[in-house]
Amino acid sequence: MTVSRPIVSARASIPHIGNDLTQTLGLDWLPAPERFDDRIRLVRRGSDGDLRFESILALSRTRLDYLQCGTLDRELGRLRKTGKAEALAHLPRVRLTALSSSTVEHLLPSIRIAGLRRGLLIDCRVGAYGMVRQELLDPAGNTISGSDFVLIAFDAASILPDTDPGDTGAARVVVEHAAAELVALWRAARERSGGIVIQQLVMDRQPSLFGNLDALAAGAPSAAIRELNTAILEAAERERVLVLDIEALARRFGTRRLFDPTRWHQAKQEIAPPHAPLYGDGLARILMAARGRSRKCLVLDLDNTLWGGVIGDDGLEGIRLGQGSPEGEAYSAFQIYVKRLAKRGIVLAASSKNDPKIALEAFERHPDMVLNHDDFAIFEASWGDKPSALQRIARKLEFGLDALVFFDDNPAERALVRQTLPEVAVPEVPSAPEAYVDCLVDSGWFEAVAFTREDSLRTRHYAADRRRREEQDKAADIDSFLDSLEMEIDIRKLDSANLPRATQLVNKTNQFNLTTRRTNEAEMTAFAVDPSMVVLTGRVKDRFGDSGLITVVVGQVMDATEGRVLDIGTWVMSCRVLGRRIEHAMRDALIAFARNAGAIAILGHYRPTERNGLVKQHFMTLGFAAMGEGEGTANDWRLDLRSEPTTWRSPFRAVRTDV
Amino acid sequence: MSEQIYAILTDIFRDVLDRDDIELRPNLTGHDIPEWDSFAHVNIIVAAEMKFGIKFMTAELERLRDIGEFVALIERKLALRG
Repeated sequence: MTVSRPIVSARASIPHIGNDLTQTLGLDWLPAPERFDDRIRLVRRGSDGDLRFESILALSRTRLDYLQCGTLDRELGRLRKTGKAEALAHLPRVRLTALSSSTVEHLLPSIRIAGLRRGLLIDCRVGAYGMVRQELLDPAGNTISGSDFVLIAFDAASILPDTDPGDTGAARVVVEHAAAELVALWRAARERSGGIVIQQLVMDRQPSLFGNLDALAAGAPSAAIRELNTAILEAAERERVLVLDIEALARRFGTRRLFDPTRWHQAKQEIAPPHAPLYGDGLARILMAARGRSRKCLVLDLDNTLWGGVIGDDGLEGIRLGQGSPEGEAYSAFQIYVKRLAKRGIVLAASSKNDPKIALEAFERHPDMVLNHDDFAIFEASWGDKPSALQRIARKLEFGLDALVFFDDNPAERALVRQTLPEVAVPEVPSAPEAYVDCLVDSGWFEAVAFTREDSLRTRHYAADRRRREEQDKAADIDSFLDSLEMEIDIRKLDSANLPRATQLVNKTNQFNLTTRRTNEAEMTAFAVDPSMVVLTGRVKDRFGDSGLITVVVGQVMDATEGRVLDIGTWVMSCRVLGRRIEHAMRDALIAFARNAGAIAILGHYRPTERNGLVKQHFMTLGFAAMGEGEGTANDWRLDLRSEPTTWRSPFRAVRTDV
Repeated sequence: MSEQIYAILTDIFRDVLDRDDIELRPNLTGHDIPEWDSFAHVNIIVAAEMKFGIKFMTAELERLRDIGEFVALIERKLALRG
């Protein structure tokens, strides 16, 4: 029998690199894990599953190195296997299969921990080493069946045969061949898994042959890789495949760091183990975005976050912003980046302990201010505490707290928000303003898998929402308020122009979502052309502006024993247009479609999740009758079309439809 | 010095192999511990590199026969680093 030896105390005298930033490259936006070993010990000894899970979750949101990710992942695995944790059961699960020409096993713990950090429970499977093609093309293989995501990764030598420098013809042929082969593999992967394919770009770690001439010398190896990556990006767009841009990661952090020749020759690891946490987070944020879990709103502090100094003390002339001071220019650069985020559809909110009049004056009167009042959907300046301000912001914007990113230079405020509102993402803001942009970029909370016209108009939408709220406060009652909006609604069957936005809405809506059924573009297209199915989209505009495409309903005509019915599998709506009776207009369009199709009833379903309690009574409100259980608890609903549906007061000035 | 290296390595082995009962001795090899497979081996090397702040070469890794040699190698590298 062996007895474990007490830890020798003399070890502290050996220089210990520990968890310094060189070992957690690109993750300095996460706070350092305090007392990691102690906390792991507590998790291991703990008996209460929920407490253990809470500790694991809190640690996943810290800056863990490769070894710590491994240790934490093991505890997560133990908890999932033997422990009971309520919260664990509520976390969305994602099945990921990694098919790679190089070794990836060492990346899995970091992928799972990053998944947890991003709100997902990831189950990882790995195809046989170096057998990507066999796994996908062999009819007997079943590694990928049932995967939600299939990651395909090749090192350059495994996809691009070597050609002689200068032989441009041969180089072109191998690139074209490789791109075509990948497309065939994607299609096989999609067909066999039913999931989403993620293609990792090829890492260019070719040694330079011509020096600075490499980029120009025809047929140089790097040129072939670059051309292949370009071809992958073009084909991926067409084939609706997501891309893990390892070259962007390498550009930012260095191929010489990500790739370690010792580990390659020893174990065929293309990503060096110390950088598995960086890689894992890069992959997890794609899954987060594809699952609609990316953050939507950036909540900014003002003093020492958007400018140097305190506006209330230093005054308009005293704050540091703009040309003339290096620090002021750094704050301007941050504002420029934030403004770009707003333009791509990230909703901005301000939260500042300030006199509102003085804070607003800074935006209106400071000549070097890049952001202006209209860029903010909410402007919270008060002396109250930040957690309450964040809750007010979320409520007003109809967002969950888990849609917010809180950016504040004050470590005490950050700690308070992390502690009281753990759902809010709180990047570790660096002390130097010139590092703010990198911090926000590296945090990756705004990862997107699509960009639509609606995104670019969102800031304008939210500014209009603010004016609508002001209008509503003035109106005597809800009917006169809705009438005053002069709304026009346009209900149409899905067409190719609406496809990206409709798919995005179905996949990122969490609250007004009856069944939380996720659907990719290919499936949406298939639904739209299936004569037994209908995909209805609704756009609304009013006198404050165009809200764009804000609702999608998917129904299928089925022949049940009672006769033909229209079964509603998906019903989502943007919470921005809540309470405007848009769902009533959609219901009437569905009734028209169903009657044309010869249906005698419409069936609706509610599948409860942690976040869709809002629509529990949706079908009851629309006059459906509960099937089975009582109205309070029913999940399945039915609208009989042989009698007249319930009436409602339409606030729409015009309803246009092609149904 | 080697006492401290043994202590740190013991922690590494226990953590990587998920076995709290592991005691390291100079003539211990991969044959003695079933969990010490090629995947664990790389993790042990990486952990040692990270914890000691050193880097091993392929040739050095290939020559390792047992724990005693591993500790001696770490000791040499730490001494070289100063």
